[in-house]
Amino acid sequence: MSRYISFHDFDWVLLIFVLLICGLGVMEIHSATEHTKFAGAHVKQLYWIIGGLFGMFAMSLINYQMLLDRVHWIYLAALASLIMVLIFGQKYLGARRWVKMPGGGHFQPSEWVKLILILAVAKYFADLHQRELSWPDFFKAGVMVGFPMLMVLAQPDLGTALTYLPIAIMGIFLGGVRFKQAFIVVLAGALLMPLAWHGLKPYQRSRLTSFMNPEADSQGSGYQVNQSLIAVGSGGIWGSSQGSQTHLAFLPVPQTDFIFAAFAEEHGFVGALGVMLLYFVVLMRLTQNAQTAPDRAGTFVVMGVVAVLSFHILVNIGMVVGFMPVTGIPLPLMSYGGSSVLFMFLALGIVMNVRMRRFVN
Amino acid sequence: MFGRDEKVSSVRLTAVQYIILVVFLFLAYGLWRLQVVQSEFYSAAAEKNMIREVPILAPRGKILDREGRVIVDNYPSFTALLLRDSSRNISADADLIAQGLHMDAKEVRDRVRRFASTPQFRPIYLKEDITPDELAFVESHRNELPELDTIMAHRRLYPRNGFMAHVIGYVGEVSEDMLNQPQWELYNPGDVVGKSGVELQYNNLLMGKNGSRQVVVNSHGKEMGRQKEEKPAEPGKQLKLTIDVDLQIAAEQALEGRNGAIVALDPRTGEILAMVSRPTYDPNDFAVRIKKGEWSKLVNDDDHPLLNKAIQAQLAPGSVFKIIMATAGLQEGIAQDMKVTCNGGASFYGRYFKCWVVAEHRVHGVVDISKAIYQSCDVFFYTLAERLGIERIAKYATMFGLGQKTGVDLPQEVSGVMPSEQWKIRNFKQKWYAGETISVGIGQGAVAVTPIQLARAIGAIASGGVVRRPHITNPTDFPPNVVPAAASDEVKIPIDPKNWEIITDAMANVVNPGGTAALSHLQGIDFAGKTGSAQTISNALKAKLGAMGKGKFKDNGWFAGVEPRRNPEIVVCTLLEEGEHGYLAARTAAQVIKAYVEKQRRTPSKMAKSDSKVEIGAVWNADTEADEALHGGRFVMDIPEKHAPLAVAAPGIGQRLGTND
Repeated sequence: MSRYISFHDFDWVLLIFVLLICGLGVMEIHSATEHTKFAGAHVKQLYWIIGGLFGMFAMSLINYQMLLDRVHWIYLAALASLIMVLIFGQKYLGARRWVKMPGGGHFQPSEWVKLILILAVAKYFADLHQRELSWPDFFKAGVMVGFPMLMVLAQPDLGTALTYLPIAIMGIFLGGVRFKQAFIVVLAGALLMPLAWHGLKPYQRSRLTSFMNPEADSQGSGYQVNQSLIAVGSGGIWGSSQGSQTHLAFLPVPQTDFIFAAFAEEHGFVGALGVMLLYFVVLMRLTQNAQTAPDRAGTFVVMGVVAVLSFHILVNIGMVVGFMPVTGIPLPLMSYGGSSVLFMFLALGIVMNVRMRRFVN
Repeated sequence: MFGRDEKVSSVRLTAVQYIILVVFLFLAYGLWRLQVVQSEFYSAAAEKNMIREVPILAPRGKILDREGRVIVDNYPSFTALLLRDSSRNISADADLIAQGLHMDAKEVRDRVRRFASTPQFRPIYLKEDITPDELAFVESHRNELPELDTIMAHRRLYPRNGFMAHVIGYVGEVSEDMLNQPQWELYNPGDVVGKSGVELQYNNLLMGKNGSRQVVVNSHGKEMGRQKEEKPAEPGKQLKLTIDVDLQIAAEQALEGRNGAIVALDPRTGEILAMVSRPTYDPNDFAVRIKKGEWSKLVNDDDHPLLNKAIQAQLAPGSVFKIIMATAGLQEGIAQDMKVTCNGGASFYGRYFKCWVVAEHRVHGVVDISKAIYQSCDVFFYTLAERLGIERIAKYATMFGLGQKTGVDLPQEVSGVMPSEQWKIRNFKQKWYAGETISVGIGQGAVAVTPIQLARAIGAIASGGVVRRPHITNPTDFPPNVVPAAASDEVKIPIDPKNWEIITDAMANVVNPGGTAALSHLQGIDFAGKTGSAQTISNALKAKLGAMGKGKFKDNGWFAGVEPRRNPEIVVCTLLEEGEHGYLAARTAAQVIKAYVEKQRRTPSKMAKSDSKVEIGAVWNADTEADEALHGGRFVMDIPEKHAPLAVAAPGIGQRLGTND
């Protein structure tokens, strides 16, 4: 099969848009951290991106079908790594999310578990040879995603755990869920919500309440949300020349989860809308790649990536504009952070992988 | 059933695309709502975040003397402080900092630790009012010690060694108690306000208005830049006093080493030319921050250094009161032809009252009103008091302002006491005994006056009966928006010219051979006055205390003097606490009078012209009516009705009185 594979079939258009977004991200990280103790973060981000690009090319060379054939082993390895985190993980800010690597770096397994879940879900639904989803299959898919989700929740890391959900939803939706089934599950979920509330940590609850009413505690847990809203709002149509919210550090740690707020403040409605347009193009291009995939599994893989990416955008930008509570989910490709950048490029690598094999069959 | 290669439903894939579109439209709506619709609201919120108003402190107005010489000035004072937003390890630099600021390294570290919990943007104040070489240390170590900085504030610079301290007063941060009082309600915590003296009395005038500057701050409150908008500070107004520094110096020197007070007034206007109280304190100690121990030492000192005795000491006037008695006796037509034989004492209402001369184994013999004044014969005034009765004595004393506040524009003046039948009933629910009148006749008993009251009363009598309110500032020196409320504040009590002559001539004889203060005679100066010495405790109590009492409770010496004797330009009242003799007080007063006259004679406009006759004892410089109109009047600012504790209580009523001068 490999003889037909060529980088001519690589999705260069997609890559250009992705790199455009990354570039804007690096610029904004530079601008937002210039006079803070995080100064120089943009250079590190650049290294992550370059590393990510290598990862992406490497990933595109490994046949995804071969990966899918072995996905049950990889899935088990993923679970093992999550167990490792719970046992040996580094405790930082009250959560056990990172494993110290021999090289001195820190590794967050929950990020790459996301990638494995995309593959596992794709494999599972691709192998179901029915037009409609049966209840047992529905539940099996739910357990497959739900198990690692619970382990990440135990770290605790609600934000990352939630990002696993769209992978399952996308699989179930494309796998042929019936509207009656969907309705019943949503209803059951709604009824279980009060129970979930009790399972939340106090800080998670206060994040939710401050989302409902940010002014109630504008110096406490509502502070970040409030400052983010002020940053975005003061940007206006064309952007604020001073960018005071970001540059005078009223918006805390702007380079990670609130990078979009910093960008929206500096570049205004026009700039922010432009970035959203770039993301939209990327998502549409991905969906197109899913349609041209050589097999069912390929489509599921690409759509899994679409699901994760869209969910991140929805939750992150939704949070920045005050529609969503603070969950600690970064904006892919723009937010500062190695794990997030690497995940996105590896995910894109799989997408390229699928695309390069579209004419193989 | 379909095969492995069956494609995924393209309808559902398209549905996903539309869902993504909807999500994006939803987010775009969110952006539009914030950035277009509510943009102004959030811009204002961002501005509120980063703009902070910083006050520009207004310097306090200077205090000048009557000739415009600066008495109180401001000086730029630097405070060394530590900024904590730099990433420096302050603890490691503590040794160098301590060395440069002449502090203890441990003290620096302790301070840093003590303020560790306060917000980081708030600097730690290390040392106030640093010296020039400490300031130079900070400036030259900007690179090595970036966390070390200074701020400048204007501080008060007062004359040294407590010169004029009681008149000037001092400033301090407004206290919480003060802020609760209505006259301070417009002030803010942290404002530096006057706490006593003219600093308190004219605080509104001296204080000025703080301006403000808008600065850009970051989230830690650190200043990042300035806005153009700036409201400049309005400096406080200068305050010109009626004090003459030359005379003040003479008065301060005259009282050096003694406890007591001196007041010098111009009876023609009521202007206070000099005012001294001893012991004194250094208000510069208060300008930075007074140590607790030093403060309680000042408050608990038996000699009351914080008290302005010129207006706050209420004491028996002793024989100086005989001038009031003489005026009452002459005006009532009793004293003119009165002749009393002094055999060293006399009996009244069944009790024997001694004359002070018996202590010198002498008697006065036959005494008339003139001799009674310059020899200060007690028997004469006992007899006069008996004939006048307490009501008539009280009437004259009150007319000349004894036992009541003078209304001087200084805070916390006390009123003193002038006893009368009504006064006794009101305060003791008892009838007045005629026997009590006798001791009042020589200024003892319940009579208690302040030096400024006595100065005004004697000045008024020597001026032919014009009582003027003393004041330490002139309304004409004020800015136009501070206008005097009333045009004039003087009372004319017509004294018969013949009586006036008798009294003033007798006063001149006091400082001439045969008078009680003959040693204070000033050659070529028309100096006149009256001595007094007043007991601080009764003789009976003194006898009981024995030798110890004799040393401790010495008599207070008084003197009220004028120059020239009629229509005087200056009246000086001296109080020497435990001064024993009035003639010692007279010597002190004479020094002030001499300094005054010598200065006047050096002033060209005051020199006698060769073609006009100068008669000793006559009117030298008659006051013009225009001058009177200028200096009369009340001031807009009220005097706070707050009383300081009394310094010394007057001797009890009806107690046996002994030696007097």
